Formats: sequence, C-alpha cells, structure tokens
Amino acid sequence: MSIVIKRKPLNFLEKIYLPEIARGLATTFRRLWGKPVTLEYPEQRPTIPEGYRGVPTLVKDPEGREKCVSCQLCEFVCPPKAIRIKPGAISEDSEFAHVEKGPQEFDIDMLRCIYCGLCQEVCPEEAIWLQNDYSLSGYSRSEMVNDKEKLYELGGTLPDLHFKWKKKQEAAAKGSGH
Amino acid sequence: MDINFIILKFVYAAIVVSVIMGLCSYAVLAERKISSWIQGRVGPNRTSLPLIGSIPVLGPFLTRLGVFQPIPDGLKFLFKEDVVPGHVNKFYFIMAPVISLVPALTTVVVVPFGRIVTDAGEVVPLVLANVNVGLLFLFAISSLSVYGIVLAGWSSNSKYPFLGGIRASAQMISYELAMGVSILPILMWVNNPGLEGTMNLFDIAQAQNGFWFAMWMPLSAIIFLVCLFAETNRLPFDMAESETELVSGFHTEYSSFKFGLFFVGEYAHMVIGSCVFTLLFLGGWNPLPFVTIDMLGWGAGYIGAALSVAIFLGKMCGLMFFFMWVRWTLPRFRYDQVMKLGWKILLPLSIANLIAYVFIIYYLDTSL
Repeated sequence: MSIVIKRKPLNFLEKIYLPEIARGLATTFRRLWGKPVTLEYPEQRPTIPEGYRGVPTLVKDPEGREKCVSCQLCEFVCPPKAIRIKPGAISEDSEFAHVEKGPQEFDIDMLRCIYCGLCQEVCPEEAIWLQNDYSLSGYSRSEMVNDKEKLYELGGTLPDLHFKWKKKQEAAAKGSGH
Repeated sequence: MDINFIILKFVYAAIVVSVIMGLCSYAVLAERKISSWIQGRVGPNRTSLPLIGSIPVLGPFLTRLGVFQPIPDGLKFLFKEDVVPGHVNKFYFIMAPVISLVPALTTVVVVPFGRIVTDAGEVVPLVLANVNVGLLFLFAISSLSVYGIVLAGWSSNSKYPFLGGIRASAQMISYELAMGVSILPILMWVNNPGLEGTMNLFDIAQAQNGFWFAMWMPLSAIIFLVCLFAETNRLPFDMAESETELVSGFHTEYSSFKFGLFFVGEYAHMVIGSCVFTLLFLGGWNPLPFVTIDMLGWGAGYIGAALSVAIFLGKMCGLMFFFMWVRWTLPRFRYDQVMKLGWKILLPLSIANLIAYVFIIYYLDTSL
C-alpha cells in the first residue's frame, strides 16, 4: 500500500528562500567546527568486526597436520573459480599417513577471490578460514596468487582439539570400524 | 609618456596578476578544505615540502592544513597529458579557455585595492588604471567571459558540453540584466546633482565613509550578490557545469592546462566579483561603518596604504568564504527555476528597487 505524505504548503518566508537559506548556512557553519568522521587510513585502521571475511587461508591443527584433505569441495563451490587444488597422496612414512590424502598444490588467486566465504562454509575439515587481513597488493598477477606455502603462512594453526583423524586411527586399531 | 612609466606599469601589472593568481590557487585550496570541514572530512593534508615540512611543529601543522597543496595541483595541470579530441573544432576549442580567463584578468585593471594619502594630502587609489568609467568597463569586459563558455560548449562538438554552453549563455545573459539594474541606485546616490559624474569604483568606495551601501540598500546588495553567484557560475547556479546531469558541462572535453585555465578563470571571476561587491556594498577599505582609517589616525603614509589593502583583502576573503560556504550548503537549482528566478523575480524586483530609490534619493537630495 502506498502512503501519500502530505506536504505542508510553504509559507511566505519559506517561499522567498532567504530565511531558509540562512538556516541552511547556520547548519553547515555548525558542521564546520565538528570533528571529522573519517578515518585517516594507513595510520588509523578500522576495527575489524567478528565474522569478518578477509583473506582466505589454510590452517594446521595443533599437532602440525595440515587439515586440508583435498576433497576439492571448496574448489567446486568457489563462484569465481579462484581456487585450484591438485590432490595428492600423503607419503607412507609420514606421521599422518592414515589421513590418506592432502593437497599437493593449493592456489588461491586473490585477483579472482570475492571474499564470499563459501569455501570456509563448505569445508568439512574446517581447513580453510577467512582471516582479518583485507589489504593485499602486489606488483604482478603471479604475485597475487597465494600458493600452499603462503596460505599456511597466513593461516597458522587452528587451536581446536578434536583430532578427528587421530581418533579414527585409534578406533581402527581397536578393531571397531569407527 | 616616457619609457620608465610604461615599464613601471608592466611591473605593477605583473605584481597584481601574480597576486590574483596566488589568490586563485589558494582559493582552490580553501574550497577543498572548507568543503571537507563542512562534510566532516579532513581534506588535503599530505603534501609537504622538503625543507619547510621538516621544521618541528610548524612543518606538520602546515602540511596538515594543506598549505603546500596548490603547488602539486598547479603542476598537475601543467604536466598531465593534454588531450584534444578528434571531433572538436580545434581553433575555437583552444581559444575558449583563453577567452574565459583573459576578461577576468583584464577587469583587475580597474579594481582599486586600497588607497594612499600622498604628500600633498590627496587621497589616491591604489589601482592599475584609475578609469572614470571603471564600473562600466568592468561589466563590459566581464560579460565577455560568457563567450569562453559558449565557445567551449559549442566547439567541443559533443552533447553535454553543448547543453552546458547553452545553459550558461541563457543564464549569464539573464542575470546580467538584474545585476546592472540593481547597482543603479548606488550610482544615483554617488553622483550628486551639480557635480561631475563618476562611475569610478574608487569614488564609490570612498562615498561609503558613513553608511555602507549594503546597509541602506540591502535589496540591491542581495540582488547583486545573487546575480554575482549566477555570473560566476557558482553553485546554486552552476548550470553550465552541473556535474550530476552534464558530466561536467562545458569543460567535459577539456584536459590538462586548458581545463586549468577554465578552473583558474572561474576562481579569478570569484575574486574579482568579491572585490567588486566589497567596493560597491561593503565599504571598500573602511574598517567599520562611520569609521574610516583616517579617523582612527592610521591613515597616513605607507602604513595607512598597507592597512587599507589589508582591510580590503580581508573583506574580500570573507566574501570568498561566503561563496564557498553557500556552495557546500545549497543544492543546485533546476534550469527552469534559474530562469524563473532571474526573469520573474530578480529583474522585476531590481526595477522596483530602482524606482523606490529614485524617489528616496530625490527626496533626500532636494528636501534635506
């Protein structure tokens, strides 16, 4: 339903503009002495709210295992196709051989990324997280592609103590399927 | 006329023009700063000079104030690529910015900016050319600058500049009428019957040692001020530019130095307009109504001259501030509203004002 807002007819003083102009001038003159509401960016940084979606990164668990199992769900869900994963087997002699698979290469093209956070949402291993860093720049296109090393460097360690794969391994050792 | 006299005049002219140019460049800075303050921003605050910028307290303070900003602004206009689009009429395209700036600088010639008491006790204006038809000369020359805008709009051969040019010509021509009529009461008052007639701006300013004309001819002052806004193409009357509708109006196709000339021309017009308004209505170099510098006893010699120039420039800068203040307060009029205001309100009002003052001045001159 549309609402019709009735406008008051202007009275004589309003019709001759000048008093109203003076009122407007008074308003702006008061603003002239107000404090600036802007942020002087490189020196002052905005406070990042919780749940902010900055640069996507890969994380390791507290034992140093890379959480990503290269299921490639993020690669498929990524709307701008910024993620490229090359899955690979984890070598037999590794401490985490029971996890079976890990990413051999993991590239996120930050020139394509739209910071939608779908990769984080879709990840079953909680391996990819969007961080607070929002200011990324580089001198070439290739510089703007974050490879696996860079992603772990940015991501660091996720302090969660589920150790899902470890528990799986222990359960398998006891003989139960799960 | 000996050669020294001519050289001296050249030197004076160079000084005055460079002062006007300096005022223009700092007016641009003032505009940016005032707009940012009114809008709750900081404004230009980064540009610094190597030596002055590193003085402990003063340097950062000046940098913060943006005092060095006009230098890179000017350099940018000089050194950016100058694009002349293929579809323009080259001759007029290049001529237009010159035509819009030259009248503004020419009018400076007749604008007195102070007064000096000579050894003989005579009060002489500080002016490049003390012409008796000063005011007439000023209006004649300054109205030429509309050609610059019209030519720019037309020679750009592109629709937005064209619309801007049309609007500018219509607007400036219609407001010139009301402007001219609104100052006639002043001329009637200054030219007492039986005396030699004058349109000299100096005499008009000197006639305001009692009431300033803004005080007892307020309607004239308001009409003149509104027309001044329209003539200088300032918001709320910047029909020629009107960025929201016409990209940037008549100078859409201009870049680099040619655009810079338009830009400086606009501010030069503002400076001259403020000077003229100060002279006509705000008492020129009289510090207060009914108070002159001579009454205060500081009027003699070079100190008095410097003081008069300072007072005059102070008033002018105040008026420039007012120009900018209004710009960042009022929205732009619609084109038809501008025309309506000019023809249906200001022109009849100025004529009524003229007739009223004819009777008032007749009464004052004859019966008192």
